[in-house]
Amino acid sequence: MQIESDDRMPLRTSDDVVRVRQAVRARAVASGFSLVDQTKIVTAASEIARNTVDYGGGGELRIEALRNGQRRGVRLTFSDSGPGIRDIDQAMRDGYTTGNGLGLGLSGAKRLCNEFDIKSTAGSGTTVTIARWT
Amino acid sequence: MAEIPILRIGDCLLVSIQVDMHDRLALALQDDLTQRIVADRARGVMIDISALEIVDSFIGRMLNNIAAMSKVLDAVTVVVGMRPAVAITLVELGLGLTGVRTALNVDKGLALIRRIIDNPERDDADRER
Ligand SMILES: Nc1ncnc2c1ncn2[C@@H]1O[C@H](COP(=O)(O)OP(=O)(O)OP(=O)(O)O)[C@@H](O)[C@H]1O
Ligand SMILES: [Mg+2]
Repeated sequence: MQIESDDRMPLRTSDDVVRVRQAVRARAVASGFSLVDQTKIVTAASEIARNTVDYGGGGELRIEALRNGQRRGVRLTFSDSGPGIRDIDQAMRDGYTTGNGLGLGLSGAKRLCNEFDIKSTAGSGTTVTIARWT
Repeated sequence: MAEIPILRIGDCLLVSIQVDMHDRLALALQDDLTQRIVADRARGVMIDISALEIVDSFIGRMLNNIAAMSKVLDAVTVVVGMRPAVAITLVELGLGLTGVRTALNVDKGLALIRRIIDNPERDDADRER
C-alpha cells in the first residue's frame, strides 16, 4: 500500500469542523470517489471532527490518500488529548450520549466507512481512525 | 456572520439553507424561526436543503428540533430538496428524521403543507400506519 499524500490540519473550533469537511471532500474528489462515497466519508468526518472539538477539547486531523493496486482510499486520523472515553463499547452504542446529541456520531461513522478504529485512554485522549476505499 | 433569511409565502415560512452551516448559525436559525412562526402566525415551515452537500447528526438534530418546536406552535415542517447522495448517507448514519416530512421540491412541499393543514386528522392517521 502506498501513501500518496499526507496532510495535517488543526481541529479546535466549529469553524475548523467546516474546514475539515471541505478538505476531506477535496481529497475524496482527487482520489476519484463517487459522489455517494464522497458524501459518506465527509459525513463520517464531520461526526468525528465534532466529537474531537466538543468532547476532546480540540486536536488534530491527519488526512492520508492511499493506493492499493487499483483501489484508492482516504484515511483520516483524528486525535485529541482530552479526557478520553472510559467505556468504548458503551460510547459506540447507537443513542449513547453524554452531551445532548443523538448518540449517533461514532456508530454512524463506523457504518459509513470501510475501516474504523478507536483507541482511547481515560485521562489521556482519544484517537479515531476511519478509512474508505473506492 | 450572515444570518439565514426567512421568506414568507402566504401562511408559510421558507428558509433556504445555502451555506455550509456553522453551528452558531444553526442555533440562531432555530431561534429566529420560532419567533417568526409566532409573529407571522405561520402554519407551515419549509426548509430547502438542496444546497447542502451533507447532513450530519448536528444538522439532523436541528431539523428535528425545528419540526418539534413548530409542532408545538401548530405549524407543519417540510424539508425539501434533499440530494439523493445525502438521503442514502442519512439512512446509513442511522438518522431518522422523525416528525419531519420531506418533499422533492418547493412546489411539492407547499402542496404537502396545504394538504396537511386542510386535513390534519388524515395526516395523523397516515403517520400511524
Ligand atoms: N474525542 C472524544 N473524547 C471524549 N469522549 C468522546 C469523544 N468522542 C466521543 N466521546 C464520547 O462518546 C459519546 C458518543 O459519541 P457520539 O458521537 O456517538 O454521540 P454524541 O456526540 O453524544 O451525539 P451525536 O454525535 O449524535 O450528536 C459522546 O457523548 C462522548 O461521551
Ligand atoms: Mg458526536
